[in-house]
Amino acid sequence: MSSLTKALIAEHLFNTLGLNMREAKELVELFFEETRTVLESGRNVKLSGFGNFVLRDKKQRPGRNPKTGEEIPIDARRVVTFRAGQKLKLRVEKHVGKEIENANREQEEV
Amino acid sequence: MANNNQETAPIVKSDLIIALSEKVSLPFKDVEMAVNQILDCMSTALSNGLRIEIRSFGSFRLNYCPPRRAHNPKTGEKVATIDKYRPHFKPGKELRERVNTAFLEDTEVEEVV
Repeated sequence: MSSLTKALIAEHLFNTLGLNMREAKELVELFFEETRTVLESGRNVKLSGFGNFVLRDKKQRPGRNPKTGEEIPIDARRVVTFRAGQKLKLRVEKHVGKEIENANREQEEV
Repeated sequence: MANNNQETAPIVKSDLIIALSEKVSLPFKDVEMAVNQILDCMSTALSNGLRIEIRSFGSFRLNYCPPRRAHNPKTGEKVATIDKYRPHFKPGKELRERVNTAFLEDTEVEEVV
């Protein structure tokens, strides 16, 4: 499984900042908890260089059960969206783009 | 809170760092560096094509955007855009529920008043 988890982020803090493992874990946990609390209070979170967590209020709209075709209204609700910042977008585009280029080149060579 | 009239203003990274440093017994500088490292770690993971999974917060992954046959609206000239990847966030269950529950409670209060 290749995905980044809280444990791996804590390990990264342990390695780069010399925090002990307990402090590192606590900070990672608190960082996400604080972000959740702020969003819960109805405020957006802007993390420069990374992106913004933006709340959107959705109106009630008609929906239906795809299996039975029965109409059920979808209630008004608030959702969290993420808008990646320019810096992150460019990093993602550039790096993965490079990999694709390399893969294409390899294919051509074969 | 001192600024009650700003209670819906967005929170920025420095606000978050201040709030965190009040909750841990670490120097402010350490908390600041840690937050920057957390975000840097996440950006690096995504730019390497790695998923991020934070339980009860959400997950980040890359969405593939195929090339489009776009054109310049001014000149009508055809422009080929290359395919690319963009970051996508899917909120986790706890985040979704907490945000929505608070919202529903707020709207109920308004209706009663």
